[in-house]
Amino acid sequence: MISLSEFLIFGGLLFSISVAGIFLNRKNVLVLLMAIELMLLAVNVNFVAFSHFSGDIDGQAFVFFVLTVAAAEAAIGLAILVTLFRNRRTINVEDLTEMKG
Amino acid sequence: MEKVYLAVVLAPLIASIIAGLFGRQIGRSGAHWVTIIGVAIALAASLYAFYMHVFGGLSTFDGTVYTWIASDLFEFNIGFLVDNLTVMMMVVVTAVSLMVHIYTIGYMHDDPGYQRFFSYISLFTFSMLMLVMSNNLLQLFFGWEAVGLVSYLLIGFWYKRESAIFANLKAFLVNRVGDFGFLLGIAAILAYTDSLHYATVFERLPELADITVEYWPGVEWSLISVIAILLFIGAMGKSAQVPLHVWLPDSMEGPTPISALIHAATMVTAGIFMVARFSPLFELSDAALSFILVIGAVTAIFMGLLGIVQHDIKRVIAYSTLSQLGFMTAALGVSAYSPALFHLMTHAFFKALLFLAAGSVIIALHHEQDMRKMGGLAKKLPITFATFFIGALALIGFPGTSGFYSKESVIYAVAASELPGAEFAYWALFIGVFVTAFYTFRMLFLVFFGESRMDAHTASHAKESPKVVTVPLVLLAVPSLIIGFLVVEPMLFGAYFDDSIRVLATHGAMATLEDQFKGAWGMFLYGWTTPVVWMALAGVAGAAIMYLGMPNVLPPLFARVFAWPKRILEEGYGFDSFNNTVIAGGSRLLGRGLWQGADLRAIDGWLVNGTAAFVGYMARTWRLIQTGYLYHYAFVMILGLIGLMTWIVFIGA
Amino acid sequence: MTLASLNLQPVLPEIVLAAMACLILLVDPFLPKRGPTVSFVLSILTLIALFVITLVQMDDSVRMSFGDMVVNDPMADLMKLVVYVLVAAVFVISRTYLRQRGIDKGEYYMLGLFGVLGMMITISSNHLLLLYLGLELMSLALYAMTAFKRDDGRASEAAMKYFVLGALASGILLYGMSLLYGVTGNLMLTAIAETVAAGEDSMALKAAVVLIVVGAVFKMGIAPFHMWLPDVYEGAPTAVTLYLAAAPKVAALALVMRLLVDGMGPLFYDWQPMLIVVAMLSMAIGNVVAIAQTSFKRMLTYSTIGHVGFILLGVLAGTNEGYAAALFYTIAYAVMTIGGFGIILLLARQGFEAESMDDLKGLNDRSPVMAFVFLLLMFSMAGIPFTFGFWAKLAVLQSIVGVGLWWLATFAVVTAVIGAFYYLRAVKMVYFDKPEDTSPIQADVNVRGVLILSGASMLIFGLYPTGLTALTAGAFGL
Repeated sequence: MISLSEFLIFGGLLFSISVAGIFLNRKNVLVLLMAIELMLLAVNVNFVAFSHFSGDIDGQAFVFFVLTVAAAEAAIGLAILVTLFRNRRTINVEDLTEMKG
Repeated sequence: MEKVYLAVVLAPLIASIIAGLFGRQIGRSGAHWVTIIGVAIALAASLYAFYMHVFGGLSTFDGTVYTWIASDLFEFNIGFLVDNLTVMMMVVVTAVSLMVHIYTIGYMHDDPGYQRFFSYISLFTFSMLMLVMSNNLLQLFFGWEAVGLVSYLLIGFWYKRESAIFANLKAFLVNRVGDFGFLLGIAAILAYTDSLHYATVFERLPELADITVEYWPGVEWSLISVIAILLFIGAMGKSAQVPLHVWLPDSMEGPTPISALIHAATMVTAGIFMVARFSPLFELSDAALSFILVIGAVTAIFMGLLGIVQHDIKRVIAYSTLSQLGFMTAALGVSAYSPALFHLMTHAFFKALLFLAAGSVIIALHHEQDMRKMGGLAKKLPITFATFFIGALALIGFPGTSGFYSKESVIYAVAASELPGAEFAYWALFIGVFVTAFYTFRMLFLVFFGESRMDAHTASHAKESPKVVTVPLVLLAVPSLIIGFLVVEPMLFGAYFDDSIRVLATHGAMATLEDQFKGAWGMFLYGWTTPVVWMALAGVAGAAIMYLGMPNVLPPLFARVFAWPKRILEEGYGFDSFNNTVIAGGSRLLGRGLWQGADLRAIDGWLVNGTAAFVGYMARTWRLIQTGYLYHYAFVMILGLIGLMTWIVFIGA
Repeated sequence: MTLASLNLQPVLPEIVLAAMACLILLVDPFLPKRGPTVSFVLSILTLIALFVITLVQMDDSVRMSFGDMVVNDPMADLMKLVVYVLVAAVFVISRTYLRQRGIDKGEYYMLGLFGVLGMMITISSNHLLLLYLGLELMSLALYAMTAFKRDDGRASEAAMKYFVLGALASGILLYGMSLLYGVTGNLMLTAIAETVAAGEDSMALKAAVVLIVVGAVFKMGIAPFHMWLPDVYEGAPTAVTLYLAAAPKVAALALVMRLLVDGMGPLFYDWQPMLIVVAMLSMAIGNVVAIAQTSFKRMLTYSTIGHVGFILLGVLAGTNEGYAAALFYTIAYAVMTIGGFGIILLLARQGFEAESMDDLKGLNDRSPVMAFVFLLLMFSMAGIPFTFGFWAKLAVLQSIVGVGLWWLATFAVVTAVIGAFYYLRAVKMVYFDKPEDTSPIQADVNVRGVLILSGASMLIFGLYPTGLTALTAGAFGL
């Protein structure tokens, strides 16, 4: 039987990986979108684990909504990515520096 | 009575608006007539109010004239508090103002900004009256800022002169420092008493007595002391106490009537007035009183010394004003509020007189202010000389003159005090008397006696000023001479200020003085035997020996022997250069390369220089954090998250 | 709970809004191509209707519905009313600008209305899930609006930055929520507060507090989580910037209030120090960095960062007076900011964006009325006495002095004084510098009208703040 803390450690690891992915990645914007997706999944792991071990179903219901929102978010993200590529001909993170200061 | 009070305030305001907006239509004589009539009405109404309150048995008026904003949180009213203190200030302000209005006709005769000038000084009179008649802190602050505003406008009146603009800016900046403290003090009062109305605030003061504030973790201060010192910092700015005094000498760039009205007789005494008005508060804090005492004494002696080395006649009087303000402040410090106010009143008359007389000299010499180019004018300007002489006698406290009674009381009150610092203050003031007499008569001798050092052209044109100039001089000379003798008894030892000022029994300086007092005549006779008067006479004698006896030998000799002290004095103890080089220069050094130094060097005063350079430097560096790189943004967020996480979770708040 | 017993009345405004937004979404493509006047009018009518409904339903009680998931308290009602007014003003002022740039499309209004729906849900939620959904609905609409001008590289860049960082913040917030759920076993905010008050302080709980604070203040634009804000506000089309800067700040305040005060009120001593630090950082960074800006638009974004720092001061006071002050400040800020960015719309023309400080020069020569409006706005932002912004600053400072945070108040005042410098510099440019462009101002009556209203409110609420003070105080039962 896997204990709660192992789930939480797993969730925490996933979260950390995704956060690291956001600020370490300097090349492709797509990777950022993936990292964001991963982050939401890490949260889902947490919710499901808590829900399971406390016997409260609310947490699992929450996960469904998070998944839905994640889908919508991905759609918006990709749409922005498309306009970005059309305007700039690049999806390189390092090239997004027209505005600064 | 309410209508009378309203007339006092509104007459100058209306006159000012007419002269300001319709100056072109009513012409030059129209402008001066309308403002003079306005101020004359105010003076008449003030005198009536004075009569009714002092002799007519009218009790203190404390009422709201107009409610501006009322809510659960605040209530802001425009209201008047008229008691014996107020009526005295009203009379002094309107009387001096009227003299200055009349005098201005002569002094500004050829100036293109004639109407504008009259509008400003009437506006000033209005603001000053609002300040002294206020019954709440907000209105006081309004008056405070309004007189400041008019003061800047008038210092920079000749805005084409570059030095006038610098002086203007300097006055503005230094006063901001003071106002900052003042505003914090007002805010603190509002926060702890929920009121800005004087009477309510004073009622609730006992509740505040035991509160301490932990301004910084671990350091506890008595709330009353904090408030008192904050308010006094405001007074330091307005009443030009060390180290916020630097603006006043420079303010002499303004026309002379302004120097007389604003920078000698009325506005600069607003700080003194405010502390006296808040005597119930200041009385509760010995720490604040000691602070006030020491600041006042330091100002009195050290600013007086600076008067000795000045060559500009107006600057001598300006430093003398600083020094006399120091006397008043020191008196406040030992809870001798009535002598402070008494000195404020007599000083208003004789200092206005001195300034106006100096102005008369300046007109006669075609705007020459350097005393090295004067001399021997006593015969050419007899009325000016006579009135100037009376002013000088009053300033040094010659027995019998008004200045004698007020200054003597101040010094003996300080001597009788047991507050920490009182002994130092006593000696400072004691020596200050000698210094005052010395520079005053040095000025007198240099201007009116000895050989004429003017060029032939100026000398041939030097003649007595017109009547509009000399009449105000004579009218001011009268009170300078006699008012002390008349009012010393009721004002200091009678019940005059009983309703306005509260002194704790533990602060017994005034009580001691009262025991020794033997009437105005007795004081005059006794005066001849006191060391203070002899100090003054010694000062006169010293000046006489140096500048009358051997004017070509002694002054240069002293200058050579005391070269170093003289240099220190000429530099004004280096306040200006300290501000310019250390504070401003240091921050410039910090930002050099990132921040163009040249732009800054053009702006005087460390407040603009130092702070602006520092903030500008920060702005430029902090800006660099915003790199534009998305991953840097995310990184900063994560850093923030980790920082907070470490702090709250692992260290604990 | 059966459907029959379900009382939909408390969420009537939300239902109406959702229906109308969907209607506009459906109708818009079939309208003639002459510009979306119909959508615009429908949107404004919808907002007016919402205003009326909310006003009718408003009372002093706290009304819970949907199994306590939805809460309608006086704070929620007032916030919603403010949001309607702000969004309507933004719609009105934006039309010309949008039309001149060929982006006056129904989607702008439709997305705007969905954003309002998200804000309303956020404002009224008493449940973590609802809060999250409301927040995401609002944020997704905002991301899309930022990228709305599809042929503009800067807008796309801004949208991408906004999206990635916003999603990161949402993730952090969500992670905090999951921990909070784990510790308390509950998603209902009021229930969480009870559990937290009864239970002991655990490390997981503290971690949850930190994560939630970070996620929540990000939406306000508090430093050091403010990095997105200048770039997004600058890059977005000005009409969108107006939308982003005004109403969502009200919702962000609601988010902070719901999560920290309603949900984690018992943990006050854990989150207060954090808020102090980030509020100080915000006020310092916002007011200082604004000085170095040459773009007026970017200067205003930094000024926003400074203002939200002030708003947070009211929250961290932890008293009802403080919350009321924070709400008052938020309203003042939103009105000021519409005016501020509105000035950019005023000066803009077809094919010309007036974003630089230099474009302000000599506005007085070109239009004295607008110059005076500008003066009022800048004075108010600087907090000069007897303007709207002054009372806002005063109320906030009073609330933190009331809880003994003297030194913090002093710090805030110092930053405000620094801030006053660049506002006054802008006023100086308007009044004393010679205009580089002397052409008359072309803006139409929409823009002028909203600007004059905004400027007038600086004066009206400055001279007579009592009514609004009473309203905000009433929102917190004072």
